[in-house]
Amino acid sequence: MPEHTFRLNGEQVTVDVADDVRLLWVLRDLLGVTGPKYGCGISVCQACTSHFNGKAITPCTVPVSALEESDEITTIEGLPDTVGQELHPMQEAWLEQDVSQCGYCQPGQIMTAVDLVRRASDEGRQITDEDLDGIRNICRCGTYPRIRDAIRNGAERM
Amino acid sequence: MSEPGASPVPRPGAHVVARRRFLGYVLAGATLVTAAAPVLPAAAEAEDAQTADLTDIVDLNDVMTLAGKPTSLSITVEVHDDGTVSFALPRAEVGQGITTSTAMLIAEEMDLPLDRVRVTLADARPELLFNQLTGASNTTISTYTPIRVAAAAARLRLMEAAADEFGSEVGALTLRDGVISDESGHSADIGTLAAKAASETDEEVDVELKSAQAFNDVGEPQNRIDALEAVTGRKKFAMDLAVENALPTMVCRAPTINGTPASVANADTVLEMAGVTDVATISTGVAVRARTFGQCIDAVRALEVSWASGSADGLSDADVLRELEGAEPRMPLPLPGVSRLEEKFTFHFRNNSALESNCAIADVRSDSAEIWSGLKSPIVAQGEIAKLLGLRQSAVTVHVTESGGSFGRKLFFDAALEAAEASKAFGKPVKLMWHRADDTRQGRTQPMAISRVRISHTRNRVLRYDQRHTSVATDLSHGFGDVVTAMAAQVPGLDGTFSQVFFQLSQATSYDFGLSTRLLNETNRSFNTGSMRNVYSPNVLTTRELMVDRLAREWDRDPYELRRDFLDDERSRAVLDKVAEVGEWGREMPEDTAQGIAFMHEYKSVCAVLVEIDCRPETIERPIRNGVAGPRVTKAVCAVDVGLAVNPRGLEAQMQGGIMDGIALALTSGLHLEDGHFLEASWDNYFYTRQWNTPPEMEVVVMPANGEPGGAGELAVAPANAAVACAYGRATGTMPTTFPINHGDLSFDPIPTEPPIPESPTDGLDDAV
Ligand code: FES
Ligand code: FES
Repeated sequence: MPEHTFRLNGEQVTVDVADDVRLLWVLRDLLGVTGPKYGCGISVCQACTSHFNGKAITPCTVPVSALEESDEITTIEGLPDTVGQELHPMQEAWLEQDVSQCGYCQPGQIMTAVDLVRRASDEGRQITDEDLDGIRNICRCGTYPRIRDAIRNGAERM
Repeated sequence: MSEPGASPVPRPGAHVVARRRFLGYVLAGATLVTAAAPVLPAAAEAEDAQTADLTDIVDLNDVMTLAGKPTSLSITVEVHDDGTVSFALPRAEVGQGITTSTAMLIAEEMDLPLDRVRVTLADARPELLFNQLTGASNTTISTYTPIRVAAAAARLRLMEAAADEFGSEVGALTLRDGVISDESGHSADIGTLAAKAASETDEEVDVELKSAQAFNDVGEPQNRIDALEAVTGRKKFAMDLAVENALPTMVCRAPTINGTPASVANADTVLEMAGVTDVATISTGVAVRARTFGQCIDAVRALEVSWASGSADGLSDADVLRELEGAEPRMPLPLPGVSRLEEKFTFHFRNNSALESNCAIADVRSDSAEIWSGLKSPIVAQGEIAKLLGLRQSAVTVHVTESGGSFGRKLFFDAALEAAEASKAFGKPVKLMWHRADDTRQGRTQPMAISRVRISHTRNRVLRYDQRHTSVATDLSHGFGDVVTAMAAQVPGLDGTFSQVFFQLSQATSYDFGLSTRLLNETNRSFNTGSMRNVYSPNVLTTRELMVDRLAREWDRDPYELRRDFLDDERSRAVLDKVAEVGEWGREMPEDTAQGIAFMHEYKSVCAVLVEIDCRPETIERPIRNGVAGPRVTKAVCAVDVGLAVNPRGLEAQMQGGIMDGIALALTSGLHLEDGHFLEASWDNYFYTRQWNTPPEMEVVVMPANGEPGGAGELAVAPANAAVACAYGRATGTMPTTFPINHGDLSFDPIPTEPPIPESPTDGLDDAV
């Protein structure tokens, strides 16, 4: 079986699996990294959102063979390390707003939020209502209002 | 303030149990274990059973609470030598925050810091009978007293043990933050007293509960105790559990609802595919087990199966609608010389998927089985699984895992049954998960229904209010059925079919509308149905509130004031007044925008919602990629009175979530039935509320405590649905009569039904590089 090597949450990992298996299953089923959740498998729900070299992707749509050895995948588990803290500021904001209900969507929501704030700040601007309206992540518990508050709160801390 | 429950006839939110002294138990054990004795309510007030509105006397929650009583004793609080207190909650945590509120109740009664209380979810325990069923927003109502009694008994025993140890009197001791001390300088952590406070035999103890006025933490906003786990990705749902050799498993399903497999042409070829370990036909389709779910998806897509017909083959929306129309119960003869308003409303099928799709782990052996799943009725599941496997119920261990949402889905155990069947067929453990497309197309739905209302009135008085609700049958076979059937005999005024009983118990008319009748008829059992964060209320209430608005127009009255005049109790008027005040009812609004207001009384709680909606063409047509825009709810205000909110912050979250559901039900989320299958197969087809539909302004007001806790989990859905519908009617000048309002337009290209699930795209890095 082909070997695939990439960086995951700061460490080099290698897996033996067919080329076309999507990263989500490599993470969850082979590496036991279960923070990214399944909700659709077709890049709709965004529950699996993680970062590829710092940018948001949906791992359910990335064949593992598309990754280079030097590519860095960050899942919710590795997010705090990107800032060298126990918790990322966005996670702190999530706790402060008490966003989670069932919590199933929340790893993906947080990874999306961090990406959104980074993109806005790269463009030298604040988060707008339009930015928030543009988030596609599903939360079937309907935590959307608190997510909006938490992103604004987290943006200030980042 | 009077003691809760002093009034013999329950008003909304007033409760039956009046005593403040209770009997607790200390159970024999090496460490301190206490339990609550059953508290029987002050008997249903039988003589009042003749009034028009049965829910004034007894509602579904009384029945569930009563049903839970005899087994409350099995609910125990345990004190450990490390100073922590544990409690295994015989309910499912599906996001509603009951582990947090339960921990708060124990911490309050025992004067402990919250982080010393560990609440876990109990495995299926058949001896708990009806007391292990999470539904109808009943958890806090039925567990509020027993949990506190058990905690109070533990506190008392610890105090007695400390008094003995210190050589002082119980009355001279104080307990704070888990430490007991006296005035002469003795002090001991409760952990060090746990063994001493234990009992060698079961003993009765008479305990007094803290009065509500003495609460320190109960009633104060508290963040969820599992929040850190959730935001770090450490919270474990069923599919996150590592169960030895339980490999990913998916099922290839028929193109039509409940179609069954007839034969498989290429099982051997599929077995050869990368990663695939097993292929077997089970009752619902062809199960495949593989090293990864990705390989299961590929295998499911590669299977060539011929299918026997399903349960709804050939049926489309219009056929079902026609059948419902033919089954409508008759309205009474019109009162002569009296004006009438009458209208019929249609509610399309709705999908009640949670974000976590149906899933379960099963390890079936020859003489036993072990199951892991998020289950709200684990005992019923255990029994059914045992039957399926031909095992004794006690040979099946059912672990209740954390659920990624429920909304009615987790009352059923479709995936657990399937996992058990697949594990048995393979002779291996399985981690079985439904694909989203299956969850949407073959999963349970809130049934299609029509609701007809007639208001017979004079110039200023309503003489009769008649509602006829006709619905595709709702499957309530998950334990509610057992609860209600078993208890119905004890409740005066109840007869009729089970669904009728349920309908009568769960629906209130609320307004003083003279004689009121409500009838339910159910038809067509071809569909997989269930409740969706409430069973009938969103439809029944939306119908009612729209007709109240219509009456207001007829009488040329303000909709808020008319409602106010016809509500006859203070709690109800107070929530209505509150949303009117906070939401600035009646303020000047631009053209094509409007406010809507609605009121709900259910589960011993009252709730009002006011929304503002924007139906301007530029808003309705705003561009949304792969989604529907439509009218935007720009503001939502909710006032809620649940008697006592154990955790107002959690209650606020429940209301917010309920409002998101109500918005979806009114505006965007419905299923289209065509030729025996649903067209929707993804969240970009089935439009649950997304950020672009979320009101930018939202406020939830929790009313001051005035009694014991009522239900909350489902409470906001119906009034939010109704308020949005009313606002839409007022903004557009046309009362909507079909829901969701966008059902007439199909705004997506349906995903094919064969193969039954879509391929995962491969372009996921395109935007990131
Ligand atoms: S599972 Fe990846 S976007 Fe839904
Ligand atoms: S918190 Fe449950 S799906 Fe978002």
